[in-house]
Amino acid sequence: MDKFPPEPGPGLADCCQVHCRIPGPDESAFGRPPVAGGSVPDGATEKERGFTMDSREIDASGLVHRELNDRLMEAMLSGADRLVVRNVYGQRYIGTRLYQPGQSKKLEIEVFGTPGSDLGAFMSGHHIRVHGNVQDGVGNTMDDGEIVVEGRAGDVLGMSMRGGKIFIRDEAGYRTALHMKEYLDKKPVLVIGDSAQDFMGEYMAGGIVIVLALKKKAHRANFIGTGMHGGVIYLRGQVEKSQLGREVEIFELDDQDREILDRHVGEFLQRFPELKVSREEVLKENFVKLMPLSKRPYGKLYAY
Amino acid sequence: MKSFLSPEFQVIRDMGRCDQCRGCERQCSFGTHGYIEALDVMTSDDSKCSGCQRCVIFCPKNALVIRPTQSSYRPNAVWSREKLDDLKKQAETGGVILTGCGSDKPMRIYWDHLLLNASQVTNPSIDPLREPMELRTFLGQKPDAISLGEDGVDITTEVGPNICLESPILFSAMSYGAISYNAFKSLAMAACNFGTFFNSGEGGLPKDLREEFGRCAVVQVASGRYGIDAEYLNCAAAVEIKVGQGAKPGIGGHLPAEKVSHLVAETRMIPEGTDAISPAPHHDIYSIEDLSMLINALKEATNYQKPISVKIAAVHNFAAIASGIVRAGADIIAIDGLRGGTGAAPKTIRDNVGIPIELAIASVDQRLRDEGIRNRCSLVAAGGIRCSADVIKAIALGADATYIGTAALVAMGCTLCQKCYTGKCNWGICTQDPRLAGRVNPHIASRRLANLLRAWSMEIKEMLGGMGINAIESLRGNRDHLRGVGLYEWELDVLGVKGAGE
Repeated sequence: MDKFPPEPGPGLADCCQVHCRIPGPDESAFGRPPVAGGSVPDGATEKERGFTMDSREIDASGLVHRELNDRLMEAMLSGADRLVVRNVYGQRYIGTRLYQPGQSKKLEIEVFGTPGSDLGAFMSGHHIRVHGNVQDGVGNTMDDGEIVVEGRAGDVLGMSMRGGKIFIRDEAGYRTALHMKEYLDKKPVLVIGDSAQDFMGEYMAGGIVIVLALKKKAHRANFIGTGMHGGVIYLRGQVEKSQLGREVEIFELDDQDREILDRHVGEFLQRFPELKVSREEVLKENFVKLMPLSKRPYGKLYAY
Repeated sequence: MKSFLSPEFQVIRDMGRCDQCRGCERQCSFGTHGYIEALDVMTSDDSKCSGCQRCVIFCPKNALVIRPTQSSYRPNAVWSREKLDDLKKQAETGGVILTGCGSDKPMRIYWDHLLLNASQVTNPSIDPLREPMELRTFLGQKPDAISLGEDGVDITTEVGPNICLESPILFSAMSYGAISYNAFKSLAMAACNFGTFFNSGEGGLPKDLREEFGRCAVVQVASGRYGIDAEYLNCAAAVEIKVGQGAKPGIGGHLPAEKVSHLVAETRMIPEGTDAISPAPHHDIYSIEDLSMLINALKEATNYQKPISVKIAAVHNFAAIASGIVRAGADIIAIDGLRGGTGAAPKTIRDNVGIPIELAIASVDQRLRDEGIRNRCSLVAAGGIRCSADVIKAIALGADATYIGTAALVAMGCTLCQKCYTGKCNWGICTQDPRLAGRVNPHIASRRLANLLRAWSMEIKEMLGGMGINAIESLRGNRDHLRGVGLYEWELDVLGVKGAGE
């Protein structure tokens, strides 16, 4: 007796006739050359590099989330390297399904429009760039990969994120980086260009959050780091003690912190050249570092 | 501060039998037993004894008796010994009283007030030893109707993913971290060998177990989101969103740093030696709509190949909540009752929050039937299933299958001493101390577990046959086969059964 659910029905192979067309090789939107290659002259064509990038375009108009994600999955399984998804109007879970046991290829996905909640939820290693704003739950329990948003993000951004990077150009909503966690060198990184709302870093157990406040410089969030017991938050500009949760404290930056900021702020600015600020300009401003007072905020709660 | 607590247990050593082998001293992680070399004599400190009986069973000379202490406060029906001791403990520590295992309070156990039917004269009973008897159970969404192809044989209806159990019993969620690696692996091995499923709990699935045992795992996504990656979700047979637990509805869990060992940290993907804090709610679920979003996210993450279960604690008005969960798209609902077990919970929550599983399962089954959506999901009853009769009564009340946790632990050696939260389990089950965990041999423990499943299955077949039923499916929600004794009318109403003799 077969104990396991049957394979999914037909439909996985015969897609991409209508919605996916194969455009010519296109420049990468991720500020880095495509994978593979090696030491080849800068002007080398795709052919000279020894491979061509399989780049496809998907029109999301009229598709519900499952249909759109079917298309993405089919494209991945049929060997695409790069997807351009146009006319996205609130379809959820983009990037969530793109996992195939034993396959490690990672896609570059460009999204035009406004993706729905849970963009990149549970995602394993793909790179998504959104030309627009995003909704709630971006990077929910994300495992690895990168999400770049040319706009603002909704609530619970990066909730329980375990790895990978998220770059938000503008603002983020409430409860950003809620219960983000880390293990050894698997540290999630979240950089927000502007500011975030209350309860940022709540229950945070690991990872790095950097909030640059490029436009306002003053942080409006309250209860920052409530229940935090791991990881670190860097805030550019000033923050009052009254805005912090009880479990966090302000610390001075050391050389290691400067190095971390230098690296991740650099990556952030590289992804958003339209901001037209230099790394030096951003980094010369004062930063505060928030860390938990204790790794065990609730260690004395119980009678043993 | 001098502790005013009086010892709960009394260690009685037969000095004539004891040959000072110090075995009891080695067995007890709580430090109850000691040895004075100068006098060559064993000593014991009653105040440290948890009453787990490990030393008694392993004493080669049968020299030990551990029993509840005979010294007592002045008997008082209002201020029981437990109440007094808890008060003292809190006065001494200022902390929340922790406990382990399910509630031990004498709340009415409805299983014991329900009686099964048997065939006499008008309907022949069936002998399961000679005739086929079907216990196989499928959990998952069932279609509203079946359509057949032109040949009238092939089913053309698209059926969602289901998991197949050889017997309607699964191992309940017990996370690696709460229980030892060996105990966890024993459950996995037994489930795979027998043809049922174990539940990973919320602590992740160790990487070395995924390939071999993933196929019989139900993996959990709980509010802590520990150890979740695409491989974890996809290697399993089903994914369960843990919203609540019968022993502690409405609150999260704190796995103390002492239990976050190197391997537990790696499995949960959190730093070694930090508290693993599971928030009380999922912060992305504040409504049925949000739950629907997470269910769909998990369906996406598993390519629509796995049933998605939602586990909730049985609380007030939860039949309406369950209806919402079905409409949110869950394929399975697991309901954990008041008596459900735990590795650690505040005692006041464990003993005072929730409702008994018998009433819960009956009311939710009725509610879903009334709404015409019972087929859209399977129901798994959990929390205080002690024997095969409880299983069969749960199914007659409307469950598809049952989760067993405490019963499985007892099969591995647990004696319900309720000290799970100390991490010092002498039986090697609820501990991360390698010396203690080594006391569970997965090959032996998994055989004990498989034996239990086999024995219960045989008993279920006997009872089914006696009722003249040859497939467990025919019993589901078939409350005509139950009668209540010693129950009030409202209880019979909620259970949907007649009184005995009616």
